[in-house]
Amino acid sequence: MQEAAGAIAVRVSDLVVAFGDHVVLDHLNLDVRRGEVLGFVGGSGSGKSVLMRTIIGLIAKKQGSVEVLGVNLDRANDHELKAVERRWGVLFQQGALFSSLTALQNVQFPMRENLRLSDRLMREVALAKLAMVGLTARDADKMPSELSGGMTKRVALARALALDPELVFLDEPTSGLDPISAGDFDELIRTLQQTLGLTVFMVTHDLETLRTVCDRVAALADGTVISIGDMSAMLRSQHPWMQAYFQGKRAHVLARSPVTMGA
Amino acid sequence: MCFRLPIWLQKTENDVVTRSILTATRVNDGVHLIATGAWTATQAVEIERAIEAQVAGGERARSITLDMAGVESFDTYGAWLLKRLQAAFRDRGQDFQITALPERYRGLQQDVEHLAIEEAKTSPSTWSPTDALEFVGRWVSDAWRQLVAFVEMLGALSLALLWAMRRPGSFRWTSAVHQLDRVGLRAVPIILLITFLIGGIIAQQGFFHFRKFGADEYVVDMVGILVLREIGVLIVAIMVAGRSGSSYTAELGSMKMREEIDALRTMGLDPVHVLILPRVLALVIALPLLTFIGSMAALYGGGLVAWVYGGMSPEIFIARLKEAISIEHFKVGIIKAPFMALAIGVVAAVEGLKVKGSAESLGLQTTTSVVRAIFLVIVLDGLFAVFFASIGM
Repeated sequence: MQEAAGAIAVRVSDLVVAFGDHVVLDHLNLDVRRGEVLGFVGGSGSGKSVLMRTIIGLIAKKQGSVEVLGVNLDRANDHELKAVERRWGVLFQQGALFSSLTALQNVQFPMRENLRLSDRLMREVALAKLAMVGLTARDADKMPSELSGGMTKRVALARALALDPELVFLDEPTSGLDPISAGDFDELIRTLQQTLGLTVFMVTHDLETLRTVCDRVAALADGTVISIGDMSAMLRSQHPWMQAYFQGKRAHVLARSPVTMGA
Repeated sequence: MCFRLPIWLQKTENDVVTRSILTATRVNDGVHLIATGAWTATQAVEIERAIEAQVAGGERARSITLDMAGVESFDTYGAWLLKRLQAAFRDRGQDFQITALPERYRGLQQDVEHLAIEEAKTSPSTWSPTDALEFVGRWVSDAWRQLVAFVEMLGALSLALLWAMRRPGSFRWTSAVHQLDRVGLRAVPIILLITFLIGGIIAQQGFFHFRKFGADEYVVDMVGILVLREIGVLIVAIMVAGRSGSSYTAELGSMKMREEIDALRTMGLDPVHVLILPRVLALVIALPLLTFIGSMAALYGGGLVAWVYGGMSPEIFIARLKEAISIEHFKVGIIKAPFMALAIGVVAAVEGLKVKGSAESLGLQTTTSVVRAIFLVIVLDGLFAVFFASIGM
């Protein structure tokens, strides 16, 4: 399904990624529409994170092309590449906070590197970003080693959002959080997506997140996208892995009627 | 993957010429502001400046209206500055209204408007004479704690060793052999090279200066005694402290960071027994061997220089060496080696376990470990010199 170029935030065509002889992604095609939250599922080791890291340029590909926000990353020069990198934010699975900087300094880091801002404005906006993800000024001066897992994820999200990106990549944002924090995080992502008009590419295992936050869900198996669509399409899928995933023991949360999240 | 220039080498596109962001027109006793352009991060400096100018200029206005219809783009930075503008006027009791903000930006504007951040508490940093006292006090108590930690680790190691001697099956033989390979065998090439060169340099200096007095053959005495008693063991110990002590600290430190050491403890295993004892023991075994190899290489280097530079044939060098040195000299050097190894290992372990969560702390402790270990090696060497002198060795 080909759609208008302007409506597509990320277009992955015919992507092949292999480590030695081991082919992880095998001629994979995927479109992420602008303004949507796309949940990406797949078994452990199926290559979800590999896909995300390939899109953002951390892993070299064997074949295929990746187009992000209308820019083909293979043909872009350094200048264009940097311009695109400023328009996306990445939340790594472990947070990847700079361990020698405080939470506030972590959020300020992309601002300091990319923007010309007064110290006062930088401090205020960074604190505002932290407040958006539910952290107080008291947490702002803590070092990453003093933060809990949930707080680390929140700070990492604030850092990913520091430059007001149009597109964010989230690698398992709710893994390792308690259900309440995970629920808050889902709601937060939804709210931010609606107020900031974000496009969200989210790798997740959290069925609750898929149900409440994602507009569409894509499933990865055997190195390619086996199914993409909304939750009901996922539930109808006949693929054995999909059936096991969405109708397994832990999938009973999906049986409930979909919740509409407030903006 | 393509090569990317570091950020500071690239041109930033912040340098865009902007139109006027805020234009003010006076209406009766109020001010009508019209906002245009991009209210986004890249323009933040200009917007901030324009806002400050309007806040300063609009002091006497009773009511202010801000027309946002002309705004092309809007993000958190714009929303925050808008909030700041609004707050500045309202704090002075002036009436402030935002009109015609495009619908799609309203959610963000309202979200940001309701965010509350605490203002920075700037603690005045003044220097007082008591600070200097505090610094000295902290330094002394720190030094004391270092000593206690060192002795504690030594004690823990002794206990672990006793335990391992009673139950040899529980000792980590595989780990110890692996460490022995790492700190011993793999260190041989570099140790050989360095000590060979040092031996050669000592001999060359000896010939250069002793020749003036016609005391050529005493060069052999000097090389032999110096290398066997002091230089051999000292150079090797310093090399090992830099090479293996640092890697022990970094390993244990990153294990501490990733909670691997805590994991060991919860499984009922003692990290001293599992991790530290095999490492320190490997070092204690390896350092005397390396010292022996190093000393031989230094003598070889000295002999080679004596032949090539000093014109002394190998037969004479060896014969002279036989007269000059005795087994005593060799013993003095080699006895020191295991003690130095113990000091290096214990310091490396203590510093490794002190690592906190950050990468910076890992680097700091690794540096500290090497510096302390080398310092201790030299102090030990001095103490041994006094000891051997008093027993006449």
